[in-house]
Amino acid sequence: MSAAPKHAPTMAQMSLPERLAPYAPILLVVGLVIAGFVAIPATSSWLTLTVSGLAMGMMIFIMASGLTLVFGLMDVINFGHGAFASVGAFVGVSFLLLLEHMTGAPNLLWNLTALMVAIIGAMAATGLMGYAFERVIVKPVYGHHLKQILVTMGGLIVVEQLIIVLWGPEEIYITRPESLKGAITFAGAALEKYRLVAVGIGLVVFLAMRYTLRRTKIGLIVRAGVENGEMVQALGYNLRMVFIGVFVAGSALAGLGGVLWGLYQEVITAHMGNQTMILVFIVVIIGGLGSVEGCFIGALMVGLLQNYVAFLEPKAALISNIALMVAILMWRPMGMIPVVKAK
Amino acid sequence: MSDPILKLEGVFTNIAQYHILQGVDLTVSRGEVTMLLGRNGVGKTTTLRTIIGHWRAHQGRVMFDGQDITKLPTPAIARAGVGFVPEDMGIFADLTVEENMILAAVSGAIDEARLQWLFTVFPALETFWKKDAGTLSGGQKQMLSIARAMIEERALYLIDEPTKGLAPAIITTMARAIKELKDQGASILLVEQNFAVAKALGDSANVMDDGRMAWSGQMSELTQDAELQERLMGLSMEAH
Repeated sequence: MSAAPKHAPTMAQMSLPERLAPYAPILLVVGLVIAGFVAIPATSSWLTLTVSGLAMGMMIFIMASGLTLVFGLMDVINFGHGAFASVGAFVGVSFLLLLEHMTGAPNLLWNLTALMVAIIGAMAATGLMGYAFERVIVKPVYGHHLKQILVTMGGLIVVEQLIIVLWGPEEIYITRPESLKGAITFAGAALEKYRLVAVGIGLVVFLAMRYTLRRTKIGLIVRAGVENGEMVQALGYNLRMVFIGVFVAGSALAGLGGVLWGLYQEVITAHMGNQTMILVFIVVIIGGLGSVEGCFIGALMVGLLQNYVAFLEPKAALISNIALMVAILMWRPMGMIPVVKAK
Repeated sequence: MSDPILKLEGVFTNIAQYHILQGVDLTVSRGEVTMLLGRNGVGKTTTLRTIIGHWRAHQGRVMFDGQDITKLPTPAIARAGVGFVPEDMGIFADLTVEENMILAAVSGAIDEARLQWLFTVFPALETFWKKDAGTLSGGQKQMLSIARAMIEERALYLIDEPTKGLAPAIITTMARAIKELKDQGASILLVEQNFAVAKALGDSANVMDDGRMAWSGQMSELTQDAELQERLMGLSMEAH
């Protein structure tokens, strides 16, 4: 028998679409911005809408990021997530009203300090509330999705009514800190200062989450837990404590999102969190459950699309994001950047 | 036979309405490789999963190193010194090989000397260190699964079918790794369908049938009795 011929395996060169496939989600965002540039006649309008869309996207991302981790890691459907955004908004605004002497001063440092105090207060309150929510409402219904939906919706209603009891039934109007009012002019476009701050805060949150998930051990535990919670426990980690931590962090992030959203709208109501939940759920689904990167890109797409369509065809604004979700899911049924789940 | 490190006494485990383990008695001696053999569906994997706490025994006791671990949560059992290599390997595909290993080093940072030793046992790990574990081949994933259990010293290893679906060269590597573990003094409960590996590694053997232990004894006794093998497992080890 002759010796087998020498065989040097050759690898076929990947086609351009194959090489671009991993970057497709971020390229979609770029494509959307370019499409907006082409569709919107005035560059200044496009720039204003883009910044507005990015700001809106960042705020939705902040609210959605905790929910996607709770979905992915804990397999918990929390329809009460909007309650944390509402409570965060009310607590944050209460701090801002207490610090009116700082928010009303034409001093950026004072204004930002007051904003930080409001944010920290809101996050602390909603984090604590999240702990109580998880222990009392969510814990008894782990593993039962229908019960989770029902009981967390019940929790949402209770919290909304508590807000009305504590703060009254009327909406509360809030003005932004003095230095964050108005806009700066750039390339002929008026860019609202507050929206630029919101974009900055959103970026910081995203980078901080990405760093935590990618560079710290707790982040590894969370990412591994999203994939295979059983194996994480078999390695020796108490996933129950991690669950609670993620739920608390997710609630605190929703509170932060609520403060920013409240200042964005300049009015807060008890139902504001619930009203944003449709967009939050769309973002979580199109991003891929448990994927912070997917959530970030999804949120940017939702924010940008909403603003562009509202300008170009206001009647279509409401359905544009639903249409986006349908299109994304037809392309990638598990979301744009799905997390691989163990069977 | 040395003293037992693991003892199952009359363990019954149900999964939903199914009665899988029906009074399992099992002993793993300290410092030995104890084989758990039997046909598909007799309860071998359920036995391992009951020991590690993924399934709860509703009757009976699981004693590890003199401690009753029957009702302990899985993380506590793992930290008590039990390493688990599941049948589906349980690697985290979204994490790199390096991240899988960092995660497995529960006590803190990875012991560099132990990691270098693992690289000599599984050279592919070093080659693919920064790669996502999901991109590895089946054999490489299995190497990672076992290396992950070995990154920290454990008193007892539960290993479920490590050679399933692997090429002969990789099987040899797996067997060598398990032998090295044993040489370090670890106790191993090994589920294996590859009888050649079972014969080479096993000190004692337990054969399951229908959720119960059908036979327990020394591996040498089982390997020398072809009729016993056919009766217990449906075919002889030589025929495998």
